[in-house]
Amino acid sequence: MTPENLIIAALIVPLIGAVLIALTGRINANLREAVTLTTAGTLAYIVWNIVPTVFEGGRPAVTLAEVMPGVTIGFEVEPIGMLFAALASSLWIINSIYSIGYMRGNNEKHQTRFYVMFAVSLAAAMGIAFSSNLFTLFLFYEALTLATYPLVSHKGDADTVKSARVYLGLLLATSIGLFLPAIIWTYGVAGTGDFVLGGILEGKIAGPAVGLLLVLFVFGVGKAAVMPVHRWLPAAMVAPTPVSALLHAVAVVKAGVFTVTKVIVYIFGVDFLFSEPSSGWLIYAASFTIIAASVVALRQQNLKRLLAYSTVAQLSYVVMAAAILKPLAEIGASIHMVAHAFGKITLFFAAGAIYVAAHKTELFQLKGIGRRMPITMGAFTIGALSMIGVPPTGGFVSKWYILAGAFQDDNYLAIATIILSTALNAAYFLPIVYMAWFMREDVPPEKPHGEAPWPSVLALAITAALTIGFFLFNGPALELERQLFMGTS
Amino acid sequence: MTGLDQHLPALQVAVPMVASAFVVLLNPKGLAWAATTAVSAMSFAIAIQLTMLVTAGTPLTYAMGSWPAPFGIALEVDSLSALLLLVITGASTIALIGARASIDAQIAADRQIYFYSAWLLAVAGLAGIVVSADAFNIFVFMEISSLASYVLIAGGPDRRALPAVFKYLIMGTIGATFYLIGVGLIYMMTGTLNLADMELRIAGVSDQRPILAAAGFITVGLALKAAVFPLHIWLPNAYTYAPHMVTAFLAACATKVSLYVLLRFDFFVFQQNLDGHTFQFAAYLMPLAILGILVGSAVAMFEGNLKRLLAFSSVAQIGYIMLGASLLSAAGLTAGIVHIFNHALAKGALFLALGAFALACTSLRFETIGGIARAMPWTFGAFVLAGLSLIGVPGTAGFISKWHLIGAAMELGPPGLALVAVILISSLMAVVYIWRIVEAACFGAAPADFPDVRVPPLLVTMIWVAAITNIVFGLVPDLPLELSRDAAASLLGHVK
Repeated sequence: MTPENLIIAALIVPLIGAVLIALTGRINANLREAVTLTTAGTLAYIVWNIVPTVFEGGRPAVTLAEVMPGVTIGFEVEPIGMLFAALASSLWIINSIYSIGYMRGNNEKHQTRFYVMFAVSLAAAMGIAFSSNLFTLFLFYEALTLATYPLVSHKGDADTVKSARVYLGLLLATSIGLFLPAIIWTYGVAGTGDFVLGGILEGKIAGPAVGLLLVLFVFGVGKAAVMPVHRWLPAAMVAPTPVSALLHAVAVVKAGVFTVTKVIVYIFGVDFLFSEPSSGWLIYAASFTIIAASVVALRQQNLKRLLAYSTVAQLSYVVMAAAILKPLAEIGASIHMVAHAFGKITLFFAAGAIYVAAHKTELFQLKGIGRRMPITMGAFTIGALSMIGVPPTGGFVSKWYILAGAFQDDNYLAIATIILSTALNAAYFLPIVYMAWFMREDVPPEKPHGEAPWPSVLALAITAALTIGFFLFNGPALELERQLFMGTS
Repeated sequence: MTGLDQHLPALQVAVPMVASAFVVLLNPKGLAWAATTAVSAMSFAIAIQLTMLVTAGTPLTYAMGSWPAPFGIALEVDSLSALLLLVITGASTIALIGARASIDAQIAADRQIYFYSAWLLAVAGLAGIVVSADAFNIFVFMEISSLASYVLIAGGPDRRALPAVFKYLIMGTIGATFYLIGVGLIYMMTGTLNLADMELRIAGVSDQRPILAAAGFITVGLALKAAVFPLHIWLPNAYTYAPHMVTAFLAACATKVSLYVLLRFDFFVFQQNLDGHTFQFAAYLMPLAILGILVGSAVAMFEGNLKRLLAFSSVAQIGYIMLGASLLSAAGLTAGIVHIFNHALAKGALFLALGAFALACTSLRFETIGGIARAMPWTFGAFVLAGLSLIGVPGTAGFISKWHLIGAAMELGPPGLALVAVILISSLMAVVYIWRIVEAACFGAAPADFPDVRVPPLLVTMIWVAAITNIVFGLVPDLPLELSRDAAASLLGHVK
């Protein structure tokens, strides 16, 4: 298949998968899970087949329709989107294996709906990754919000519905209230919303308007969770853990920071934004979010909420890195999407495994659990180290690049933020690790338990391995982004 | 143009009108339904053919009895009328095809033939307004369509429909009378009823008091019939207590036809002739449009009855159309006119779905629709799609309107930003009121004695047809946009 056809296939395959899952769900659960895994595998295969073309500098593009003059539904694969798509589609396979263990181990209801909406969400994520203009991106951005709503409200009880309302309300309100006017404004002044390297706005707007447009974009993309539009993310933790793991640590939140990065690189243009002082606020907002979210995480008692606030902070790493507006930092921003994804999905997998095996959700309950669930807590430890940025984990690589980018510009605010937040990360992750391994259980569990069902354990072992693997084998990903930001060196 | 094509403007009105007289002879009632649906479908086909002719070339004019205008009665179909004809006949046809079970449930068997007859008369009247090029004929057709819709609304089993329809009748009559007074005054001063002729002759007397009074009477009278805020008070109850399928039909097109006359009269006759009328028109309508948008949406957020909720949403949506028109720019008028079409798609689908819900629920209130999403998953899915279109989510027809409206507001520069804010705030309010319904339908407690009702396949199909058109015209909006652009250019061509 040509790369162009592969793009279309990447969008359609998950949707076909969703239909097949819905049909097989009535017949047999094993068959349904087989369809999910096959779909995930096929999607990853398709996406990885586009990689060589992009690596050689190709930018395969398809235009599906012209909705209004100048406003098209079109796709074009570029390095940042390639990285995002490859990441999301590959982790979907692992997440599906994990889901099987989690959903069955927990006897969850409506499992067919769960797998169907998961596939639809992945289709939307692929659309975001490959979109070639703002309109297409917005289309799939909203589709992703709506497709994940049934996943967040999965449990259906009053508390869940309330949280899901916050989730949907905040994401839709920001996207319609701020993101949409920003898009229309962009089309109005530039006559186009296409993603062009170097930006499309230079010479079209100037002065404080640039800063204002950036405000609309950054806070309009609520999925990037820059404070104060981050509250949907802790609210989304009512979802089953596989949803939190893949969607609210990888696909949805990465779609947010991915969008912000793309807007900075392809709509404003790094150099243009660097020359406009009115855009300087972004780095402050991101730094504030990193520190504030870390402090809030420090005070959490619930494991998943702690992870959610940790995600808020880590997402703003990407935003801050992009806002440094130096090539090395932009590379750091793209790489951090991957590094954080591996680490955070591992942490969520571990949290879910603990819930399935021991029904524990609070931090104080975790004393001594490392002895009962050594693999799970081992993976958790690796994930936590990656969040802190300790070698040999993936988190170290991206921090290295972000710091290098900050030094390029002598941006001491960014450097100080990274140092302080590293300390805070250590302060809220290490006590958990310590408790799990070195403290004794104060109350023995009602019935002794070991690890979670094997599919879940397998999944979290793989992602933990990936977290370490990314420290050792990050060459291709780096090379891809290096080509984009520093030319073919 | 050959053969039958040139007679289509007349047939558009004549076919449903003549048929309405014969429907009462048809028994059993199944036959009446089939005949009505067939006639409505034929009208729809005529409207499609007319649209194709209009998009292909010049506007169609038709002289009744070959008496040339301004002496004879002229019919005229241009882009704006074609768009409305599509909405009227399309809404009627889709509602009728799906309506049978709902009408059987709501209207006594022996009265159904009269009901169908009134339905066709309403179609004929509404279509007549849209094709007339003559101020008095517009009044005549307005009366025909109004009387027919009073009958339709009062036809349901809910006795509260009677006071509602009485209110509508009083208000509607006042509106029509105002319009007639205005037309009479103009006739007194110019001696003509033909709109094109009026446009020419009014220039000589445009500073005379009767003409100024006429402009006021006509604009206010039509605004009343179009339910422009704050003249909307007849609308919520009329929509709420009407039979469900009637609501689906009328909500899609009835008020919009009055808006059509308002636009046509003001732009064709008054704008270029009356000193300062452009300013007055905008200054009078824009605040009302903004208030209508905000108040309508706000009331909808707190309404407990689903039909009334959607009716208040309609008040807000009429505000969008008026807001676009009051900008007096090509972009604004295009946005307003295309919203006539797009809102009809969304609201028609929503009311059809409510009609399906009503087959199982005792009443259409938040407390009573719990669990309907599980009982009618397909209908509910279509409801959500249409709701997204009403909100204006990208990929739906509603988004196309919002995109153009926001673009038109931004053309104004900084003051336009306030309008953008109004549009966006009201979109967010739409999120609230649509999602309240979604939550109640999905997570609300189902009543213990939930009847096991299957939605008739025809109704589900039609609900999905209506919902899918929201997606189709959200992704390929060429047809309504082209018609709207052309209509906007034509309206503006009459402004100095």
